[in-house]
Amino acid sequence: MPKLPVPNFLNKPGKPGENGPPPNGNGAGPTHALKEGGTDLVGWVDERTGATPFLTGMLFRKVPKGTNWFYTLGSATLFAFVVQAITGVFLAMYYTPSPVEAYASITHITNDVFLGEFVRGMHKWGSTVMIIVIFLHMGRVFFFGAYKYPRELNWIIGVVLIVLVLVMGLTGYLLPFDQRSYWATIVAMNINATGPIIGPYLSDFLRAGAEFESTTLARFYSLHMLLIPGAIIALIGAHLYLVVKLGTTAPPWIRADRKPKSLRTEKV
Amino acid sequence: MTRRGVFMVGGQALGGVAAVAVLLPVVGFAAAPIFETPDEVWTSVGATDEFDPTSYRAVTLTIVSGIGEAGKTTAYVRQGAADLGEDPEGYIAISTRCAHLGCPVRFFDAAGTFICPCHGGVYDFEGKVIGGPPVRPLDRFQTRVEGDQVQVGSRYSVTSDLEPVRARDPGEFTGGIWEYLYPPRPSTPPAP
Repeated sequence: MPKLPVPNFLNKPGKPGENGPPPNGNGAGPTHALKEGGTDLVGWVDERTGATPFLTGMLFRKVPKGTNWFYTLGSATLFAFVVQAITGVFLAMYYTPSPVEAYASITHITNDVFLGEFVRGMHKWGSTVMIIVIFLHMGRVFFFGAYKYPRELNWIIGVVLIVLVLVMGLTGYLLPFDQRSYWATIVAMNINATGPIIGPYLSDFLRAGAEFESTTLARFYSLHMLLIPGAIIALIGAHLYLVVKLGTTAPPWIRADRKPKSLRTEKV
Repeated sequence: MTRRGVFMVGGQALGGVAAVAVLLPVVGFAAAPIFETPDEVWTSVGATDEFDPTSYRAVTLTIVSGIGEAGKTTAYVRQGAADLGEDPEGYIAISTRCAHLGCPVRFFDAAGTFICPCHGGVYDFEGKVIGGPPVRPLDRFQTRVEGDQVQVGSRYSVTSDLEPVRARDPGEFTGGIWEYLYPPRPSTPPAP
């Protein structure tokens, strides 16, 4: 097997005595110890976790011929999610999920808090960006045929992730608690209620009662910042595991090699 | 059964019991409001001589207390009209919650109609649908007279013939088979 193009410290260490004296053992000067400090730390962690084969397998895996910029849309979606998670955590430090104070806390974030407008703007526009790139990512997978055997399960997980991201958009829309948020949420809950038989109970469950109440906002807030993000993180983990496990597909315009080495003409 | 088998089944059963002991209370906790019936609240909205049968007067009600402006709603109240087959001694309170998806409708006196700004639902003077997407007439509130005050109570829905039924959410049909497809919820008071 050819040697993978990895940094030296990720390679399997040699046997004792094979690579000269140990880096900071007897006889090594302080400069040498300092120089090797980073490597030593990585080696220390690696010796106790055995993470190297996993990391080299994941980070230096082979990709098919023809891999191009469209293959970065999944990473772009992941990046958008991380931005949403970070800005969301910091917005939660100033936000109050109470119908009486929610709007005031939002205007406080926007107008008074240092860089509040910027952080809230990133969260607001980032949500739109995330929904755009997640659909572009789905389009790439669909038009490249990358959902076919054996990757069907990853497609299914991706569809669930899209639905969860849309639910994030829906629940987050209420939180500023201005007129648009309020009435858009009323309409959304009443659309839920139009489903036969379970619809009426579903809308009661979302509202926590027959009318919009203080619990409604708290419920949407906890869904938006705890339950659904948790589910999204878990499913992203499964999604990435399957991507690494199964590998990516070549674009449809890349033809398979017509003359594999195993085929040869026999002269009789 | 082997000793190993007994312990395996027993250990898994204990794990199952532990999971159910956590999940059932949590699900019940989240779903409890579905089964709670709110208290009946009557709000005085004005003296009996402030209302007449020919036009509506807008009144503000607090239907959910403790959440500020978001707990208030508007109702249109008038006296019963004999020529519409109503009791002239009674009062009619129409909810502004559109029967399409719940936006607030407004009464236009000149046209004698209720119009919804969201998707263009139009209702006649009695609240019956005459245009747009709503699936049933506007909801109403129960009314009563206490002394010289008109009081407004719980919300109820009506069929297309204005027969009272238990309150439904917007977007849900009333009457006939729809009463079974959109079952009444325990969180709403019975129809008058």
